[in-house]
Amino acid sequence: MAEYDYPPVDFETHPSRYKHWDLSVDGDIARLTMHIKDDQPMWPGKYELKLNSYDLSVDIELNDAINRLRWEHPQVRAVVVSGAYDKVFCAGANIRMLGMAPHAFKVNFCKYTNETRGMLEESSAAGQVFIAALNGTASGGGYELALACDQILLIDDGNAAVSLPEVPLLGVLPGTGGLTRLTDKRKVRRDVADVFCTKAEGFRAKDAKRMRLIDQSFPRSQWQSGVAAFARATADKQAQRAGAPLALPPLQRTATKSGWQYPSVHVEIDGRVANLRLFGPTAAPSRDAQTWAMRFFRELEDALLRLRLNHLEVGLIVIRSEGDPAAVLAADAWVDAGIAAGDDFYFAELRRLQARVLRKLDNMAKSVFTLVEAGHCFVGSLTEVIFASDRAYMFQDDDGENALQLSALNFGAFTMANDQTRVAARFPGEPAHVEALRAQIGATIDAEQAMELGLVTASLDEIDYDDEVRIAIEERSSLSPDALTGMEQNLRFGGGETTETKIYGRLTAWQNWIFQRPNAVGDRGALSLYGHPERPVFDYRRT
Amino acid sequence: MSINYDERIPNNVDLSSDKRLQKALEKWQPAFLDWWQAVGPQVFKTDEVYLRTAISTDPGGWSQFGHVRMPDYRWGIFLASPEENRVIPGGDHAGKPVWQEVPGEHRNALKRIIVVQADTEPASVEQQAYLASTAPSLYDCRNLFQVNVEEGRHLWAMVYLLHAHFGRDGREEADALLQRRSGNADSPRILDAFNQPCTDWLTFFAFTTFTDRDGKYQLGSLAESAFDPLSRTCRFMLTEEAHHMFVGETGIERVLERTVELTRQSKNGDPRELGGIDFQTVQKWVNHWYTYSLDLFGAEVSTNAADYFAAGIKGRWQEAGKHTEHSALNQFKNVMHIEDGRLVAREIALRNAMNEELREEYIADCERVVKKWNATLERMDFDGRITLPDRRFHRRQGLYAGHTFNPAGELISPMEFEAKRAEWLPTDADRAYVQSLMKPVHTPGQMASWIAAPKRGINRQPVEYEYVRTDG
Repeated sequence: MAEYDYPPVDFETHPSRYKHWDLSVDGDIARLTMHIKDDQPMWPGKYELKLNSYDLSVDIELNDAINRLRWEHPQVRAVVVSGAYDKVFCAGANIRMLGMAPHAFKVNFCKYTNETRGMLEESSAAGQVFIAALNGTASGGGYELALACDQILLIDDGNAAVSLPEVPLLGVLPGTGGLTRLTDKRKVRRDVADVFCTKAEGFRAKDAKRMRLIDQSFPRSQWQSGVAAFARATADKQAQRAGAPLALPPLQRTATKSGWQYPSVHVEIDGRVANLRLFGPTAAPSRDAQTWAMRFFRELEDALLRLRLNHLEVGLIVIRSEGDPAAVLAADAWVDAGIAAGDDFYFAELRRLQARVLRKLDNMAKSVFTLVEAGHCFVGSLTEVIFASDRAYMFQDDDGENALQLSALNFGAFTMANDQTRVAARFPGEPAHVEALRAQIGATIDAEQAMELGLVTASLDEIDYDDEVRIAIEERSSLSPDALTGMEQNLRFGGGETTETKIYGRLTAWQNWIFQRPNAVGDRGALSLYGHPERPVFDYRRT
Repeated sequence: MSINYDERIPNNVDLSSDKRLQKALEKWQPAFLDWWQAVGPQVFKTDEVYLRTAISTDPGGWSQFGHVRMPDYRWGIFLASPEENRVIPGGDHAGKPVWQEVPGEHRNALKRIIVVQADTEPASVEQQAYLASTAPSLYDCRNLFQVNVEEGRHLWAMVYLLHAHFGRDGREEADALLQRRSGNADSPRILDAFNQPCTDWLTFFAFTTFTDRDGKYQLGSLAESAFDPLSRTCRFMLTEEAHHMFVGETGIERVLERTVELTRQSKNGDPRELGGIDFQTVQKWVNHWYTYSLDLFGAEVSTNAADYFAAGIKGRWQEAGKHTEHSALNQFKNVMHIEDGRLVAREIALRNAMNEELREEYIADCERVVKKWNATLERMDFDGRITLPDRRFHRRQGLYAGHTFNPAGELISPMEFEAKRAEWLPTDADRAYVQSLMKPVHTPGQMASWIAAPKRGINRQPVEYEYVRTDG
């Protein structure tokens, strides 16, 4: 069967264009209601989004809504997520869509939805607490969405249940963080979770509460008032966020001959290589959405998402930068000062945005090389790009003008999924070296020193640079893309695990394996046959 | 420090304007000279030797003769002239333009191949470092030194490739070539045959006949590489390699001539009585070095060989001239395997049998050499004939390693082999005897007792020419 050649995905939207969500804000409480139009899936005519099931287009809107609540509605302190239809909250990811989507799309779909859930969780930590108000059954991805919320309320109507039916019904995993959050976040005992995850119909309110699967339930008659009171109480516990709302403008993206560009990020596709040029600030910082510290990171995020979904052929991202290092440092310092002043949510939000985009770079299933060349501006926040790369090559000039400079930001502001700074993760088992690097903050580090300090993979002079870089790129492009993805994901995240690393490593890796297996996607696989009269036939051997 | 590169290092690679090469050589050239002093020829170190120096690739330029002291030898860097519009001779990319730069995809494989080939060059110089002290004549002494300086130049040629095309890694590999030592327990040369000391001249002649001939075929297959600088380097090296094999072939031939003379002069028909080498001993040296050299071609069935051929990294011997189908796909070759104690022919995909293909070209060439020796024996009306053992005999690499065969290639038991070993291969006593003959003859025109004079001298000079000008 030929793979469905899906059309390019656009990640930008606006509440005025939402098809599947109702977003309303009333003072400090927002309501985000899943209201899926089953006849308007992302790929028209290919499947129906029945029972409030979702596809990527639904999640792109959710992501946009979470983002806009943060920037455009900073006064909001509690967000109630519920469903627009009676009896059902959300049935999870659409199975017909998953069944027909090419493997790479499934993987990217899971990664995107996981990143959205992560951002939702981050909102709760940042003072906009998400409450899942399950007005009907939440199954699979529907319950996983609830798990990403801070609190879970379930209607007690003798019918509504929470469930993770993926294993018994579909032969796959709840891949949007469900398994991980059961144990790590909800602290559900492992055998209790085991029973839950293998019982397709799930558990209704009373049992679910006892099993820690939900926080509270209300009978049907008290549902509206109970949820409202809960939201009120939740909002009251949160500090008021100061600062004026900020509208999120669309990105300024234009197509070019061999790629596309934004004002501060240029993408050029060259066969299996994507060349990214990052441009530093050209104007003094100002508190708006067009200031470099914000616009640049939004552009980079969009570029990375497009490379993931729309450019499967690209295996290697080569990043260069151009600009005034002092301007980058000035932008960083301006954000720092804003955060320290503590009277405007804008600055902390900005830093979170930057950190999130850098983590997206860590999570690329493509190789990343950074080239530190004359005229670069990889300083401060942009130094993180070097540390997020699988390799970095630095041009060694005669007079040491091509130099790096570490900033305090590199030692705390930007943590990876494993809760470590990239500098700490780069030198596992060498805390003394990390401290030695901290002592170098602000110092000019030339290419030779950068190499000695382990900040770059290799520093090469004009005799070697072009050829070594060419060879490294050609060699990388020739290796097995599957093996590289696996290798990179293992090497990038040295050290301990967190919920986030488990979701992107353990859960996702197993899910991606299962998504390739005949027991799920073969002719008689459970995912393939879901909704058909035949029963799946499994190869029961286990290793 | 400014060096006049073109003066010091004859070359046709535009060294004087290539900053990358100059930078690499600034460090490597002194290290090479130190290496030469430390482990190169240890006799006649400061004497003048009548040597051929390549100063260009023109027909007249690559063989300039004159007396030079070896440390002052001008080791040059030469590539055969480029062939216009050369295309990849064989493999998956046959017919496409050759590569002038190393593709990143094949960098490591190419580097490894070049390093392995390069490592043999200094290794053989080390193996022969003390040999001149027992030279049977100044003529032979000069030939030894000619081989030595040319192996040195071949090292330069390979190091050029590493320096010019493999960046920092290449420079490190080039340095390591001067750090490994033949026979050193901690840091040996890469290939086994190059870790055995060469302390007698019969070994030297056998080595140059058989082991240098392996070099000829390896260089020949690299001359077919898609990586054009490697191809051109190897093509020029092949012109020099011919002299090394000439030294070996004529050396053994002269030993055989002397053996016939002394066998006849001896009352008991034993040339050992008169300070000669008996026929059987020569055969044993042939058996030993021929089979060691067969090992150098690698395993009979090899996925590496298939990969190298497919990628175009290494080619087939004279691909264009000898083959019309250049992919070598869907073709098979019978290779004898050992199964249940019996020899059985098995069909192997031709690409996987590329080592064996090359080995067969080599075997045919060795047979031609042996035929020439036997023609001399026949002309002298002598009954004995040198024979080449079967390719399975006395092997330490590949399918036949770990099994025992007689020289006819028949599978025999280890006990049978051990019982016959002394008949087939050099014994300690043989080695001691040959060693006992190794007395220097340093008077122009004179020969040791066990070898006949050559028919003619070098570069139309007489045999008694002063090929090495000793101080005394």
